[in-house]
Amino acid sequence: MKEVAIIGIGMIKWGELWEKSLRDLAVEAALKCFDDAGVDRVDTIYVGCMSSGLFNNQEHLASVVPDYLGQRFTPATRVESACASGGLAVRSAFLEVASGMSEYALAVGVEKMTDVDGGEATFGLATAADQDNEAFHGVTFPGLYAIMANAHMDKYGTTIEQLSQVAVKNHYNGSMNPHAQYPFKVTLDQVMNSTKIADPLRLFHCSPITDGAAAVLLVPVEKAKALNKPYAVITGIGLATDTIALCQREELYNLKVVEKSAQRALKMAGKTIKDVDFAEVHDCFTIAEIMVMEAIGVVEPGKGGPAVMDGLTALDGKFPINPSGGLKAKGHPVGATGVAQICEAVNQLRGESGQRQLKNAGTALTQNMGGSGASSVVHILEARS
Amino acid sequence: MKVPRHWRETPRRYRMEAGKCKKCGSIHFPARLVCTECGTKEFETVRLSGKGELASYTVIRVAPTGFSDLAPYAIGIVKLDEGIRVMGQVADCDPETLKIGDRVTTQFRRINEEGKTGMIMYGYKFVPDLGL
Repeated sequence: MKEVAIIGIGMIKWGELWEKSLRDLAVEAALKCFDDAGVDRVDTIYVGCMSSGLFNNQEHLASVVPDYLGQRFTPATRVESACASGGLAVRSAFLEVASGMSEYALAVGVEKMTDVDGGEATFGLATAADQDNEAFHGVTFPGLYAIMANAHMDKYGTTIEQLSQVAVKNHYNGSMNPHAQYPFKVTLDQVMNSTKIADPLRLFHCSPITDGAAAVLLVPVEKAKALNKPYAVITGIGLATDTIALCQREELYNLKVVEKSAQRALKMAGKTIKDVDFAEVHDCFTIAEIMVMEAIGVVEPGKGGPAVMDGLTALDGKFPINPSGGLKAKGHPVGATGVAQICEAVNQLRGESGQRQLKNAGTALTQNMGGSGASSVVHILEARS
Repeated sequence: MKVPRHWRETPRRYRMEAGKCKKCGSIHFPARLVCTECGTKEFETVRLSGKGELASYTVIRVAPTGFSDLAPYAIGIVKLDEGIRVMGQVADCDPETLKIGDRVTTQFRRINEEGKTGMIMYGYKFVPDLGL
């Protein structure tokens, strides 16, 4: 396999973007990525999108995106693994470059979620769960993570303050991210007194509904070397899947799929979690960030909550998590999230993150989750220049 | 949703019919075509007891389409006495007083009314096991 580098990233401001269409979002992010990389043509395109059919009545993004990006006749593929669609798009582009099949591979993640009302969006998201055996009974996505949160609290004594501190930390980071949907700070009191959604989770424990897109450009590493500027290489990728239904997993207080995907990625990179400087992880709900910390080995099982309170994962902590603000503050346009995590990692590795720039950013881990932990994609990225 | 989609699920929704592997004895609910434990493709149909204990739960405050008239309602994962776990609502209780480990049993209930067709869907819900 060839070594693969990322020479371009494209992020746009996320939010409730009434004036922009699905295709506008994807094309804007891709064009910013082209500008960053200094290219105007690519050999192949991967589009990560969870549910443009339900959200926009538009499938066939493998034609829409290249067409409106001015890349007519370019090979393009749409990939879907619910909220992990973006991470999967990057992995797919990686494989095409690593195999030698293509040189310039674009991965675009996109989701336009506000073309439907809140109820329909909730329904659309719930299609990432087991329709016949979970959604049928009236569970929602916050509900599934709330069930995990209660199990985690029962098993390890995790507290509501700990769940809330994740939101406080991520909003603090997000307040310095110009692309974030909610770039403001919140207090522990505000989080703990926000509207109840699915006990014990309240509104500020949940990531929002967002319109957004992100893009990255992958090339063989020799192309990156010739550019004479900082870039990142993908040294490890781990993809894993688990049961679609949460109830079919033996333990409700951990995320085995994250553990497996992280182990695969670290093994491929020849590293352990101790070699990683920071991570962007899938905090769709704040309990998820705590469970991911435990699954990737940053802390022992059950120690995630106390570690967050101690500041381990803060911007100036020993292992910063979600310097971008995470899904919580940055927003969660589901198909775009996995690609945006890579954008943040590369931005940090290149030392271009401004106010939220980490002091020590040589090796990054990104973790993108599908459903209630039914799929997970982990990338390991390293700085080069 | 078309009628057949619910109709074909009725054996397990109405009677909690599961598949028991003829080789290793594992019980699968819903039934599967291949045993995840041993790879066997032969099963017999068994009915679950519907009795067990609450493994974890939540109280849904913001409900999905079709369930808003029920909110707030409890929904959880129950570890049945057969050793397998299933999801379902927990009815006839004060959701605030539920605890992990509570004993529950199953009753046949109305689950939802499908919006587009008006089809009423039935299935099991859990209720506190009063030992009756």
